Amino acid sequence: MTHTGLLYQGADWNFHIIRDCYNAIEEIADKELGLDVFPNRIEVITSEQMLDVYTANGMPINYHHWSYGKRFAGHENAYRRGLMGLAYEVVINSNPCISYLMEENSATMQALVIAHAAFGHNHFFKNNRLFQEWTDPSQILNYLEFARGYISRCEEIHGQAAVERVLDAAHALQGQGVNRHSGSRHIDLKDEQARARERRAYEDSSFNDLWRTLPQGSEPEHSGNGERQALRRRLGLPEENILYFLEKHAPRLAPWEREIIRIVRLIAQYFYPQPQLKLMNEGCATWVHDRIMSRLHEKGRIDDAAFMEVIHSTTNVIAQFGYEQGSTSFNPYALGFAMMKDIERICTDPTEEDRRWQPDIAGNGDAYGTLRHAWAEYRDESFVLQFLSPKVMRDFRMFRLLDDTRDPYLLVDAIHDEAGYRDIRRTVAASYDPSTWYTEIEIVDVDTFGDRTLRLEHRTKSGQVLADNDMKLTLNALADLWGYRVVLDEIDTPTGRVLLSHEAGQA
Amino acid sequence: MDIIDRRSNPHGKNLENRRRALERARGAVQKAVRDAVANGKIREVGEGKAVSIPADALHEPGFHRVFTQGERHIILTGNHEFSRGDKLRRPPSGGGGKGGGPGQAGTDGGGEDAYRFILSRDEFLDLFFDDLELPDLIKREISATETTAPSRAGLSNDGSPSQLDLGRTVRHSMARRIGLGRPKAAELDEIEARISELEEIRPLSAAQLEELEELREKRGNLRQRMNRIPWVDPVDLRYRRFAPTPKPSTRAVMFCLMDVSGSMTERMKDLAKQFFLLLHVFLEKRYKTLDVVFIRHAETAEEVDEETFFHDPRTGGTVVSTALEEMLRVQKARYPVQQWNIYVAQASDGDNSPSDTPQVVRLLDEEILPLVQYYAYIEVTGTGAVIRGETDLWQAYRSVAEKQPHLAIRQVSDRKEIFPVFRELFARKTTGEASHA
Repeated sequence: MTHTGLLYQGADWNFHIIRDCYNAIEEIADKELGLDVFPNRIEVITSEQMLDVYTANGMPINYHHWSYGKRFAGHENAYRRGLMGLAYEVVINSNPCISYLMEENSATMQALVIAHAAFGHNHFFKNNRLFQEWTDPSQILNYLEFARGYISRCEEIHGQAAVERVLDAAHALQGQGVNRHSGSRHIDLKDEQARARERRAYEDSSFNDLWRTLPQGSEPEHSGNGERQALRRRLGLPEENILYFLEKHAPRLAPWEREIIRIVRLIAQYFYPQPQLKLMNEGCATWVHDRIMSRLHEKGRIDDAAFMEVIHSTTNVIAQFGYEQGSTSFNPYALGFAMMKDIERICTDPTEEDRRWQPDIAGNGDAYGTLRHAWAEYRDESFVLQFLSPKVMRDFRMFRLLDDTRDPYLLVDAIHDEAGYRDIRRTVAASYDPSTWYTEIEIVDVDTFGDRTLRLEHRTKSGQVLADNDMKLTLNALADLWGYRVVLDEIDTPTGRVLLSHEAGQA
Repeated sequence: MDIIDRRSNPHGKNLENRRRALERARGAVQKAVRDAVANGKIREVGEGKAVSIPADALHEPGFHRVFTQGERHIILTGNHEFSRGDKLRRPPSGGGGKGGGPGQAGTDGGGEDAYRFILSRDEFLDLFFDDLELPDLIKREISATETTAPSRAGLSNDGSPSQLDLGRTVRHSMARRIGLGRPKAAELDEIEARISELEEIRPLSAAQLEELEELREKRGNLRQRMNRIPWVDPVDLRYRRFAPTPKPSTRAVMFCLMDVSGSMTERMKDLAKQFFLLLHVFLEKRYKTLDVVFIRHAETAEEVDEETFFHDPRTGGTVVSTALEEMLRVQKARYPVQQWNIYVAQASDGDNSPSDTPQVVRLLDEEILPLVQYYAYIEVTGTGAVIRGETDLWQAYRSVAEKQPHLAIRQVSDRKEIFPVFRELFARKTTGEASHA
């Protein structure tokens, strides 16, 4: 059944219009673009509710914590002062995929948001490998519900202050709450809720051999080393996931405290892929809505006025300011969208240059297929390394500065020319590499026979040590959860030399 | 696909979080509130207002690196003049945290400004007056009450139908019916059914006729009995009783007394005004209705409106007792002590005609202080007043204050002292009182 004619005219919308738009958009997304999405759920909310959603990282439910109050105040002020045109859209990586429409939006904006979020983001969430590996969209909402209930029960039993102490400390460490390099990634959040309490109960009742305080028998010195190695193995050291380690091995925590740490850890893990995919995710969604809205216009389903609004809105979103306007980073919508458009162009209408740079896709004629493959298989870093073309670098007029603190000046060492393309591309890609912004800290040792000191190492990157004040506060939080002394050494990675050593907590 | 309209869902999901954030930064919020007031905006204290809390009061720490030394690359866009090998002057902010490229945008560290919270009037005042309280409030309030409010006081046998306690009434009725053996309706129904059954039969046998007669008699008895023992009797009725209980008066009147003679400069009047306003807001928070009476005096005293009180200069000598007399007159005429909590705030530069001072002491000690909840005397002094020593009036008030603790006297010479003095007057006496008790 195909419809023709205008879907709506003017700015007003109602639920029929939204449904009609959805159907028209779905037809294009499905038949023409070949998108594969989770079932959609569209929720209409007010601007105030949108602020709430923003505050909770886009989640409809969350446990109570003061930091969300702070974030809410920040968003609210920005909104009131007009700094933030509110919420293009918010979409939740869940199954069904929930997209929010704001009631103030015009009919055109509602259609655009449906195309952008309910099809663009949704397809990306469902198909990208990183999301598939790290998140469990079908259970996240249930799990958050469980988390909120659990934490509020803890507050009833143990008091808000006691719960806040654990949450504050766990939040400080949530950047160190993910197994980046090893271990199981996919966690079944459904089992999680039921299993959690049983396992806690078991662990409580069982004897923890690790913290045996009885004498070790004869010749502890002699057997010390071997036993130490065995213990390290059993503790899984070195361990990069500090929250996991605390949850499992911190000697002084009560079972409910371990569960709260686990909740913070699992939620952090759910959000872990997002910053690594921001460029692609936004690029994909913007490209999809641009494509779909253009098709709606071509098919005569929306009028010229509506299409002008689409162009206006898209242009605003993909604006990239240059360094002279004070911009020091890429707008992910801008670069993402430009790269998607560029891939489309290379596939259908390549230049000689494209054939040299992208021989495998240039002129293959299957732009949609190529894009879908890229959305599924890449993350931002590898995507840039693979697909950032000279044309996009020229369009953005990219250049590279070398900042060497020994020099009194900044050196321009690559610009958008033949000699600089590769350097620039490599640096842009590296800036999207999670290892450039995640801090590599590992637990390397626990003094199980002595004063239980927890020993950590930070492998520094080219002279970048930890921000001092934050480091002290976070280390104190860690010592608080661990219950004993904590030592953190900052290591110069190439030489293994200890640059700085910090400690917190009582012995 | 589902479309769900969530617009009517409960709003204010973040109210609890907001409250917790304010609670966490309580110290900083309180400071911000007091700063706002200290900056001479007491007038606006009434409206809810925004306060800014420095970001570090709500800081969330985490491990993150800073670039301090070594090399790094930065990609920028919008080049239209640089070529390879160009050298740029380092921006004055240095190579520190700023401009770290897209990679560092993820961390929460940089660019945290102060957080603005819009406080409601109540929140604002709660924070502002957090550790202040009215001295001896309870004791004096109860002795001076006349208003009453109904409160539950058990049950009674009579009352208006709207106060009928249905549950109890029925319970009593049932007990009485069981006790007196009132026949059940079902019993009667059974007999009636049997009777009509027998009446249908024609002709009746003798035994049946006898049974019918018996049943009819029994029915008559039952009916009689049912009528004699009513289902609900007046003795069953129970009503909820409400008794009037004395309630603390929620009305207060505040008398502002000020010397407006020639010796009071504008600056001194402004100090006095600050104090009056603070007291006004403070009392307003504690009482449902608050009246303010402005009395100014030089040689004579008169009740005036607020505008005149603060802005209309007068000249002449000073006779303080006239103001006290005027205050007593107004109080007697309009504010009976049983119904009103009375507060007096007096501001003066300490000048008084020497012959009047004994009269002031007498009025205060014997007539005014027994009536009032609290009497605050503020002596505003000129800039060079440190050398001047104690005025006659100050000495006189001090002699009274030693006997009567609800007369408080303070000297103020600068605007920034107003708030500390106010706080000192109304500070909650926790430790001191506790150790005495």
